Amino acid sequence: MFEAEVLSGGFSNPAQDSARAFRACLEAMARPGRIQQIVGAVPPAPLSPAAGAILLTLADATTPIFIAKSHDTEAVRKWIAFHCSAPVVVAGEADFAIGTWDALQPVSQFAIGTAEYPDRSATLIVECEDISAPMATLSGPGIETTQTAYLPTIDAFVANGVKFPLGYDCYFTAGSQLSALPRSTKVESL
Amino acid sequence: MYVATKGGERAIDAAHQWLSDERRGDRSVPELSVAQIREQMALAVNRVMAEGSLYDPELAALAIKQARGDLIEAVFLIRAYRTTLPRFGASVPVETDRMDIIRRISATFKDAPGGQILGPTFDYTHRLLDFKLMADGEASEALRKEAEAVVAPHILQLLDQDGLMEPLSDGDETPPDLTREPLEMPADRPLRLQALARGDEGFVLSMAYSTQRGYGRTHAFVGELRIGTCAVEMEVPELGFAVEIGEIELTECETVNQFTGSKSEPPQFTRGYGLVLGQSERKSISMSLVDRALRWEELGEDNVGVPAQDAEFVLYHCDNIQATGFLEHIKLPHYVDFQSELELIRKLRREAADAQVKEAAE
Amino acid sequence: MSTLTTDTRKSYMGLLARARPERLEQLLPDLPAHDWLRRPEIGTTMVRGRIGATGAPFNLGEMTVTRCALKLSDGTVGHAYVQGRDQGHATRAAIVDALMQSEGVEQVDATILAPLRAEEAEKRTSRAEKAAATKVEFFTMVRGED
Repeated sequence: MFEAEVLSGGFSNPAQDSARAFRACLEAMARPGRIQQIVGAVPPAPLSPAAGAILLTLADATTPIFIAKSHDTEAVRKWIAFHCSAPVVVAGEADFAIGTWDALQPVSQFAIGTAEYPDRSATLIVECEDISAPMATLSGPGIETTQTAYLPTIDAFVANGVKFPLGYDCYFTAGSQLSALPRSTKVESL
Repeated sequence: MYVATKGGERAIDAAHQWLSDERRGDRSVPELSVAQIREQMALAVNRVMAEGSLYDPELAALAIKQARGDLIEAVFLIRAYRTTLPRFGASVPVETDRMDIIRRISATFKDAPGGQILGPTFDYTHRLLDFKLMADGEASEALRKEAEAVVAPHILQLLDQDGLMEPLSDGDETPPDLTREPLEMPADRPLRLQALARGDEGFVLSMAYSTQRGYGRTHAFVGELRIGTCAVEMEVPELGFAVEIGEIELTECETVNQFTGSKSEPPQFTRGYGLVLGQSERKSISMSLVDRALRWEELGEDNVGVPAQDAEFVLYHCDNIQATGFLEHIKLPHYVDFQSELELIRKLRREAADAQVKEAAE
Repeated sequence: MSTLTTDTRKSYMGLLARARPERLEQLLPDLPAHDWLRRPEIGTTMVRGRIGATGAPFNLGEMTVTRCALKLSDGTVGHAYVQGRDQGHATRAAIVDALMQSEGVEQVDATILAPLRAEEAEKRTSRAEKAAATKVEFFTMVRGED
């Protein structure tokens, strides 16, 4: 039955599962480029378990979501509506955006905050095939010296970093793996 | 000098234990249950719900019990509890037109359609202490008169139809929420009403009273005051339609105010609006008077510099939890601050004394 | 699945939400087997009003709400959003929602919803009658002879 499928796949023990997932999100942002495991969500394809768990943990009725073409299916919309109650909006109004890197283009459409409120910016959840192969060197807050990491591109993140303290933040997800790139991280090609 | 402050845990524990002991009071007197407070102290419960900004009679009754009847402390407990709950969404705006009315009066039209329904009111009582209540007297049963349902349209609509009322701007924009975004000036009318609805009854009452005494007079009549229960509907995303999630008691007051007209508007009546969770007519009348006073700018009236016209003054000082938090913090240890004040005074006195000695010597 | 109109569903979901939890428990003491899609969760809804009753919306204050979603063994899904903090209330409301979409609707309606409807109607009438008793009957004093 379609309805029951769409409505399943949330955390089975909401208190513990969301606390663990939140810890993974926190660790990922605090230590840019390091891969974390995030589990507990079983969302409908093409949403990855990692992206599903991030949404279950961070999104709610007060965080509008933009769903890029790569992920905009009826099942995904219904799953987000039921589990997160988050409204689906156009890119410019979104607190969270979900999709492949290509589908999220142009990234200039997302909010980067204002001088008074730099926090009023978007967090992109970038779905990837694989995030284990490094192609960039990261440095900055949360990294002792340098950290190598997978990124879908270099230039866009260099440009984003220049705008600090404004800018968007990114999670990269593949299967149940998660890494992050906050706007404060310096990015160079490997 | 730096004064380290540590310790006091045992004293604090003992203080809390004594508090719990005092809360119970004389053990030979039966203990109050939460249900008793909910049923028999209903107006205190209503006030805690309105100012706590959370409709849940049972929780408000518990808070009153825990706070030993200190209603501001009870409001504080409710506000703190509220922050632990996830918010599922916002309701469809309640339709007070369809309120299940228990009280509805108008000071402007004697023969309003639907009639004047007094409801369970303190008005017309002689304010004489009823010693029967002290002697466990039986409560009297409410009288009944055959009726199907009360049908009562909003009275101001009558004036509206004749074009004598200022038109209301409708629209369905998402209103700002001061529990999510910091309260900033200028505050639009929806934001002002939210702040007033959860504001301290005493403060809002005094502000309203000041306008009546001449500090920003608005010549208000109570066009209509109604109390009753209203259904609350909410859009449920997974269902794709709105469902009724319950019903709450509300008090609504609409005032009719004189307005002589301006360059762009013909002479007409203007409005003040009050809506409060629970049964609280003093608060809702006060709210509508203050709402009207704060509208001076949009109506092109003069700012005569009175407190009730000053949105910043009213809105930043009407919240009793903010006020009590800041006020009461000065009783907590300020040893270091005060030490430096003391040093300064001593130094100034020394300097003054030295100067005097010098002057005398010269 | 039976042909359930949105209006019917809205109407009984509202009735279940307004019901007293203890009463609903009396009417539905035993729960059929079910799996959770969302365990009962306590939260709030921001209640909105309108300026001047019909104007622009504003935030009035919140109310406590408990919600849940479940699946019966035949796969039928039931939802509930009910006022207050009673998890049993939400569970029973969701069970009835699911049962109303399965076979045997008439029986559920007769044994659970009909009594709730009748009791609610009685409560409303009683309130309306008490209100009617406090309605002012104005009379005008006769002045002069005409």
